[in-house]
Amino acid sequence: MGATRSVGRTGRSPPRDYAERVLKISEEIRDAIVAHARRDHPDEACGVVAGAQGSDETTRLIPMLNAARSPTFYEFDSMDLLRLYRELDERDEVPVVIYHSHTATEAYPSRTDIGLASEPAAHYVLVSTAASGAAEGPVEFRSYRIVDGVVTEEEVEVCP
Amino acid sequence: MAVEVRIPTILRTHTDGAKAVEGSGTTISEVIDDLETRHSGLKERLVESGDLRRFVNVYVNDEDVRFLAGVQTPVKDGDTIVVLPAVAGG
Repeated sequence: MGATRSVGRTGRSPPRDYAERVLKISEEIRDAIVAHARRDHPDEACGVVAGAQGSDETTRLIPMLNAARSPTFYEFDSMDLLRLYRELDERDEVPVVIYHSHTATEAYPSRTDIGLASEPAAHYVLVSTAASGAAEGPVEFRSYRIVDGVVTEEEVEVCP
Repeated sequence: MAVEVRIPTILRTHTDGAKAVEGSGTTISEVIDDLETRHSGLKERLVESGDLRRFVNVYVNDEDVRFLAGVQTPVKDGDTIVVLPAVAGG
Protein backbone atom coordinates (compact mmCIF):
# COMPACT_ATOMS: atom_id res chain seq x y z
CA MET A 1 0.00 0.00 0.00
CA GLY A 2 2.60 2.52 1.09
CA ALA A 3 4.91 1.91 -1.83
CA THR A 4 2.53 3.26 -4.41
CA ARG A 5 0.93 6.03 -2.45
CA SER A 6 2.03 9.59 -2.80
CA VAL A 7 0.47 10.39 0.56
CA GLY A 8 2.75 11.95 3.11
CA ARG A 9 5.75 12.03 0.84
CA THR A 10 6.10 15.73 0.37
CA GLY A 11 7.11 16.89 3.80
CA ARG A 12 10.27 15.14 4.93
CA SER A 13 10.86 17.56 7.74
CA PRO A 14 13.71 16.72 10.10
CA PRO A 15 12.59 14.59 13.04
CA ARG A 16 13.56 17.20 15.62
CA ASP A 17 11.54 19.94 14.04
CA TYR A 18 8.59 19.50 16.37
CA ALA A 19 7.06 22.91 15.94
CA GLU A 20 6.74 22.53 12.19
CA ARG A 21 5.37 19.02 12.13
CA VAL A 22 2.16 18.09 10.39
CA LEU A 23 0.56 14.68 10.54
CA LYS A 24 -0.18 13.50 7.02
CA ILE A 25 -2.54 10.59 6.94
CA SER A 26 -4.72 8.96 4.31
CA GLU A 27 -8.47 9.27 4.54
CA GLU A 28 -8.64 5.47 4.56
CA ILE A 29 -6.44 5.10 7.64
CA ARG A 30 -8.07 8.05 9.40
CA ASP A 31 -11.51 6.52 8.82
CA ALA A 32 -10.30 3.11 10.01
CA ILE A 33 -8.99 4.63 13.25
CA VAL A 34 -12.32 6.38 13.82
CA ALA A 35 -14.18 3.13 13.07
CA HIS A 36 -11.98 1.30 15.59
CA ALA A 37 -12.73 3.94 18.23
CA ARG A 38 -16.48 3.64 17.59
CA ARG A 39 -16.37 -0.14 17.63
CA ASP A 40 -14.67 -0.24 21.03
CA HIS A 41 -16.71 2.59 22.57
CA PRO A 42 -17.26 2.99 25.55
CA ASP A 43 -13.85 1.39 26.13
CA GLU A 44 -10.78 3.14 24.82
CA ALA A 45 -9.38 1.85 21.52
CA CYS A 46 -5.67 1.95 20.71
CA GLY A 47 -3.16 1.11 18.01
CA VAL A 48 -0.36 2.36 15.84
CA VAL A 49 0.28 3.40 12.27
CA ALA A 50 3.63 2.11 11.14
CA GLY A 51 5.85 3.67 8.54
CA ALA A 52 9.41 3.33 7.28
CA GLN A 53 12.03 4.53 9.73
CA GLY A 54 12.97 8.14 9.14
CA SER A 55 10.17 8.72 6.63
CA ASP A 56 7.36 10.03 8.85
CA GLU A 57 5.01 8.23 6.44
CA THR A 58 1.82 6.71 7.80
CA THR A 59 1.68 3.51 5.83
CA ARG A 60 0.27 0.58 7.76
CA LEU A 61 -2.53 0.60 10.33
CA ILE A 62 -2.06 -1.87 13.18
CA PRO A 63 -5.05 -1.85 15.56
CA MET A 64 -4.06 -3.16 18.98
CA LEU A 65 -6.06 -4.74 21.76
CA ASN A 66 -6.62 -2.56 24.80
CA ALA A 67 -5.49 -5.02 27.47
CA ALA A 68 -7.01 -2.75 30.11
CA ARG A 69 -10.48 -2.94 28.46
CA SER A 70 -11.36 0.26 30.21
CA PRO A 71 -13.27 3.45 29.41
CA THR A 72 -10.55 5.49 31.14
CA PHE A 73 -7.30 3.68 30.39
CA TYR A 74 -5.50 1.87 27.60
CA GLU A 75 -2.47 -0.34 27.56
CA PHE A 76 -1.04 -2.62 24.90
CA ASP A 77 -0.76 -6.19 26.16
CA SER A 78 2.91 -6.77 27.02
CA MET A 79 3.34 -9.75 24.70
CA ASP A 80 1.53 -7.97 21.87
CA LEU A 81 3.90 -5.06 22.46
CA LEU A 82 6.96 -7.29 22.15
CA ARG A 83 5.64 -8.87 18.94
CA LEU A 84 4.76 -5.46 17.53
CA TYR A 85 8.20 -3.97 18.12
CA ARG A 86 9.91 -7.08 16.74
CA GLU A 87 7.80 -6.91 13.59
CA LEU A 88 8.49 -3.20 13.16
CA ASP A 89 12.22 -3.81 13.66
CA GLU A 90 12.30 -6.57 11.09
CA ARG A 91 10.58 -4.31 8.55
CA ASP A 92 12.69 -1.22 9.42
CA GLU A 93 9.53 0.51 10.52
CA VAL A 94 8.66 2.68 13.48
CA PRO A 95 5.36 3.57 15.14
CA VAL A 96 4.83 6.85 13.28
CA VAL A 97 1.42 7.27 14.93
CA ILE A 98 0.29 5.99 18.32
CA TYR A 99 -3.44 6.47 18.64
CA HIS A 100 -6.06 5.97 21.30
CA SER A 101 -9.56 7.16 21.98
CA HIS A 102 -11.15 9.12 24.75
CA THR A 103 -14.74 8.07 25.16
CA ALA A 104 -16.07 10.66 27.59
CA THR A 105 -13.66 13.58 27.30
CA GLU A 106 -12.10 15.71 24.59
CA ALA A 107 -9.34 14.53 22.27
CA TYR A 108 -6.55 16.08 24.30
CA PRO A 109 -3.78 14.14 26.09
CA SER A 110 -4.63 13.43 29.71
CA ARG A 111 -2.07 13.81 32.47
CA THR A 112 -1.54 10.04 32.30
CA ASP A 113 -1.06 10.19 28.53
CA ILE A 114 1.60 12.84 28.97
CA GLY A 115 3.35 11.04 31.81
CA LEU A 116 3.54 7.74 29.94
CA ALA A 117 4.35 9.00 26.45
CA SER A 118 7.59 7.28 25.51
CA GLU A 119 7.98 7.80 21.78
CA PRO A 120 9.19 11.38 21.34
CA ALA A 121 9.22 11.07 17.55
CA ALA A 122 5.65 9.73 17.30
CA HIS A 123 2.48 11.58 16.43
CA TYR A 124 0.11 10.89 19.31
CA VAL A 125 -3.37 10.82 17.81
CA LEU A 126 -6.38 11.27 20.08
CA VAL A 127 -9.87 10.47 18.89
CA SER A 128 -12.87 11.44 20.97
CA THR A 129 -16.11 9.51 20.66
CA ALA A 130 -17.66 11.52 23.50
CA ALA A 131 -20.09 13.35 21.21
CA SER A 132 -21.65 10.42 19.36
CA GLY A 133 -20.40 7.21 20.97
CA ALA A 134 -20.47 4.11 18.77
CA ALA A 135 -22.80 5.78 16.25
CA GLU A 136 -22.01 7.82 13.17
CA GLY A 137 -21.62 11.45 14.08
CA PRO A 138 -19.02 14.02 14.93
CA VAL A 139 -15.69 12.80 16.27
CA GLU A 140 -12.64 14.75 17.20
CA PHE A 141 -9.40 13.58 15.53
CA ARG A 142 -6.34 15.50 16.73
CA SER A 143 -2.61 14.93 16.80
CA TYR A 144 0.16 15.92 19.19
CA ARG A 145 3.82 15.64 19.93
CA ILE A 146 4.54 14.71 23.51
CA VAL A 147 8.17 15.25 24.44
CA ASP A 148 9.47 15.45 28.00
CA GLY A 149 6.03 16.25 29.31
CA VAL A 150 5.41 19.03 26.79
CA VAL A 151 2.39 18.71 24.50
CA THR A 152 2.40 20.40 21.11
CA GLU A 153 -0.66 20.08 18.94
CA GLU A 154 0.02 19.69 15.24
CA GLU A 155 -2.04 20.05 12.13
CA VAL A 156 -3.64 16.95 10.63
CA GLU A 157 -3.61 16.81 6.86
CA VAL A 158 -5.95 14.15 5.52
CA CYS A 159 -5.03 13.05 2.03
CA PRO A 160 -7.51 11.26 -0.26
CA MET B 1 27.60 -14.14 32.06
CA ALA B 2 27.25 -11.88 29.04
CA VAL B 3 23.78 -10.95 27.89
CA GLU B 4 22.52 -8.60 25.22
CA VAL B 5 20.16 -5.89 26.41
CA ARG B 6 18.04 -4.12 23.80
CA ILE B 7 17.38 -0.52 24.70
CA PRO B 8 14.27 1.41 23.57
CA THR B 9 14.65 4.74 21.78
CA ILE B 10 13.67 6.83 24.76
CA LEU B 11 16.42 5.35 26.97
CA ARG B 12 19.21 5.56 24.40
CA THR B 13 20.26 8.89 25.86
CA HIS B 14 21.82 6.71 28.56
CA THR B 15 23.64 4.46 26.09
CA ASP B 16 25.12 7.06 23.72
CA GLY B 17 22.45 6.13 21.22
CA ALA B 18 23.23 2.40 21.24
CA LYS B 19 20.25 0.17 20.44
CA ALA B 20 21.78 -2.75 22.31
CA VAL B 21 24.39 -3.00 25.01
CA GLU B 22 26.11 -5.87 26.73
CA GLY B 23 25.58 -6.61 30.39
CA SER B 24 26.48 -9.27 32.88
CA GLY B 25 24.88 -10.81 35.93
CA THR B 26 22.94 -13.86 37.03
CA THR B 27 19.62 -12.06 37.50
CA ILE B 28 17.85 -9.11 35.84
CA SER B 29 18.62 -7.10 38.94
CA GLU B 30 22.35 -7.81 38.67
CA VAL B 31 22.37 -7.02 34.97
CA ILE B 32 20.69 -3.67 35.65
CA ASP B 33 23.26 -2.89 38.35
CA ASP B 34 26.03 -3.81 35.95
CA LEU B 35 24.59 -1.60 33.19
CA GLU B 36 24.31 1.29 35.62
CA THR B 37 28.11 1.29 36.11
CA ARG B 38 28.56 2.19 32.42
CA HIS B 39 25.22 3.78 31.57
CA SER B 40 24.49 6.12 34.41
CA GLY B 41 20.84 6.93 35.05
CA LEU B 42 19.48 3.83 33.36
CA LYS B 43 18.64 2.02 36.58
CA GLU B 44 16.41 4.79 37.86
CA ARG B 45 14.40 4.63 34.64
CA LEU B 46 13.80 0.90 35.04
CA VAL B 47 13.52 0.26 38.75
CA GLU B 48 11.65 1.84 41.63
CA SER B 49 11.97 0.68 45.24
CA GLY B 50 13.66 -2.52 44.10
CA ASP B 51 10.95 -3.50 41.64
CA LEU B 52 10.44 -2.92 37.95
CA ARG B 53 8.58 0.28 37.26
CA ARG B 54 4.93 -0.35 36.49
CA PHE B 55 5.16 0.95 32.93
CA VAL B 56 8.42 -0.64 31.94
CA ASN B 57 8.35 -4.10 30.37
CA VAL B 58 11.39 -6.36 30.50
CA TYR B 59 11.57 -9.62 28.60
CA VAL B 60 14.10 -12.44 28.84
CA ASN B 61 14.18 -14.55 25.70
CA ASP B 62 10.69 -13.27 24.79
CA GLU B 63 9.14 -13.88 28.20
CA ASP B 64 7.79 -11.01 30.25
CA VAL B 65 9.73 -11.14 33.53
CA ARG B 66 6.56 -10.10 35.40
CA PHE B 67 5.31 -13.62 34.73
CA LEU B 68 8.63 -15.07 35.88
CA ALA B 69 10.39 -13.74 38.97
CA GLY B 70 10.48 -10.02 38.19
CA VAL B 71 13.91 -8.47 38.73
CA GLN B 72 15.03 -11.70 40.40
CA THR B 73 14.47 -13.64 37.16
CA PRO B 74 17.65 -15.59 36.43
CA VAL B 75 19.59 -14.94 33.25
CA LYS B 76 22.31 -16.98 31.65
CA ASP B 77 25.08 -16.47 29.17
CA GLY B 78 23.75 -15.62 25.73
CA ASP B 79 20.27 -14.58 26.85
CA THR B 80 18.62 -11.62 25.20
CA ILE B 81 16.90 -9.05 27.35
CA VAL B 82 14.49 -6.60 25.76
CA VAL B 83 13.33 -3.42 27.49
CA LEU B 84 10.18 -1.74 26.20
CA PRO B 85 8.24 1.08 27.80
CA ALA B 86 4.55 0.29 28.02
CA VAL B 87 2.35 1.93 25.42
CA ALA B 88 -0.38 3.12 27.73
CA GLY B 89 -2.33 6.13 28.88
CA GLY B 90 -5.66 7.31 30.11
